[in-house]
Amino acid sequence: MPDADGPVLSVSGLRKVFGTQVAVDDMSFDLAPGRSLAIVGESGSGKTTVARMVVGLERPTAGTIVACGRDRSRPARNAGERTRRGREVQIVFQDPYSSLDPRQSGAAAVDEVLRVHHDHDAATRRRIVGELADLVGLDSRQMSALPRALSGGQRQRVAIARALATEPKVLILDESVAALDVSIQAQVLNVLADIRDERGISYVLISHDLAVVRQLTEDVLVMQRGVVVERGRTTDVLDEPQHPYTQRLRASVPGPGWKPTRTLRRPA
Amino acid sequence: MSALLEVRDLTVRLRVGGSDREVITGTTLEIAEGEAMGLVGESGSGKSMTAKAIARLLPAGAGVEGSVHFAGTDVLALSGADLRRHRAKVAVVFQDPRAHINPVRRIEDFMTESLRTLEDVPRAQARTRAADALEEVGIDDPARRLRQFPHELSGGMLQRVMIATALLSRPLLLLADECTTALDVTTQAEVMAILDDLRRDRGLSMLFITHDLELAGAVCDRTSVMYAGQVVETSAADRLHADPLHPYSAALVQARPDVTSTAERLVAIPGRPVSAFEAPSGCRFAPRCPHALDSCRSTEQVLTGLDAGRVRCERAATLRGRLLDPTESPTESEETADA
Repeated sequence: MPDADGPVLSVSGLRKVFGTQVAVDDMSFDLAPGRSLAIVGESGSGKTTVARMVVGLERPTAGTIVACGRDRSRPARNAGERTRRGREVQIVFQDPYSSLDPRQSGAAAVDEVLRVHHDHDAATRRRIVGELADLVGLDSRQMSALPRALSGGQRQRVAIARALATEPKVLILDESVAALDVSIQAQVLNVLADIRDERGISYVLISHDLAVVRQLTEDVLVMQRGVVVERGRTTDVLDEPQHPYTQRLRASVPGPGWKPTRTLRRPA
Repeated sequence: MSALLEVRDLTVRLRVGGSDREVITGTTLEIAEGEAMGLVGESGSGKSMTAKAIARLLPAGAGVEGSVHFAGTDVLALSGADLRRHRAKVAVVFQDPRAHINPVRRIEDFMTESLRTLEDVPRAQARTRAADALEEVGIDDPARRLRQFPHELSGGMLQRVMIATALLSRPLLLLADECTTALDVTTQAEVMAILDDLRRDRGLSMLFITHDLELAGAVCDRTSVMYAGQVVETSAADRLHADPLHPYSAALVQARPDVTSTAERLVAIPGRPVSAFEAPSGCRFAPRCPHALDSCRSTEQVLTGLDAGRVRCERAATLRGRLLDPTESPTESEETADA
């Protein structure tokens, strides 16, 4: 295990090439335990590719990813190694309608993860399922319902509970609140903040929504066409963006007094 | 300003699996010439169905009550050529441009189809008009774009094509249904600026449907908020943000994180948004409302004028000006104001 002060996730010189397309180029960052890092950018910036490489869904072209002191930039050599990687870093995807098994209740989904990753007896697993349900704000009726009987926000809570079941050190949130209604998004953001306070877990938030980024993270990386163009404390970067691209992103967020501006040519 | 569009007590029921489900209940709104009205709400609130009813694009078998008047004509009574003319004057731009364009036809075919079939415009002239419309929405080299296929264009570019196409029939009213939601923020700003210009240049009226209260506030004159199939508030757009009349509007304003400041904790609305057919009797928002009293739950709420706006809440006059006050805890205010 890494020492307590070392980063829980450390990425350096990360690069991913699809054919002739460079999706991510020379990306590096450290994530300390209990900290939250946002990766922001628009479609095609490479932010989701970074997330997929960290969880092991894509293999990096170059660079290293170290989680909990162990390298994970190459495919796992055996099942045990793969399971351990799954335990250390978990992900919650954007679309709660496609990320859950339609024939499995939330309780069964969480229980399955517990059986794979931990050596608990049935009574303990039941207790942990209950605790996780409490943590994400679902009652037992909702946990035993199939996904089709749940709303988008409830499904996303199931997905979060399932991700937390491995007791991960790092949780990747890939646009996890983007598809939720405003009132539900606020509930889920509060749940995520509570979980971090309670469990000391680290978040990597992949998002295009700067207001959500401000609410949930301390540090931010801004990506444009695969390259990190600005990094710093979230509050500093959003209050005083330095890079022209960050400035343009920030200026595009509607708010009081906001007027949309045309950058493209307009006929006379 | 006279009202270009008047929707009165519009109720829509859709047939779902053998039973009628109400999706809009008694919606009332009007849009003046050149006015931009925002229509804000969460999923299932009925905002898209309102737009579909105005454009007469509801699915077959939908039950409609109430009235929709556009430029003096009764929209619900239209048929045949009159209905086609109505749809040319009321243009719709949807959220996902790729779902509304034929992927195997060139941009030119898509853009000029209605001009050539409905207005018998010759091909060369239709092409020129399409090219001009593309230029108006900031697309370079329109001649080349017209020859391209939808897959060769980015989402933002394609949405501009949809807007340009909508404009070709010289509409009086544009129904923009979450038309920037799928776009990146910088592209969204671009598209919003284009819509804003068009509105000013052509005196176009707009119904701007969105879940984003801030966006509506920035580009609209007035905003209506829908909940569970009903309009619960209509106010000046900037006022809605600063001093909402309905507890639901206030809850939406507070639930949204702010890019300029970090909240200790977001003020979440308990429960989940409901659709009209599953809404409780009495005030539909009451189960989630921190200000609800017993009478709210038992009494059907009526849209009533208050200040310069309209609100569907019997407590609105009592709560006025206090809904966003952080020092005002709802339970205390119940006791003091309504003991």
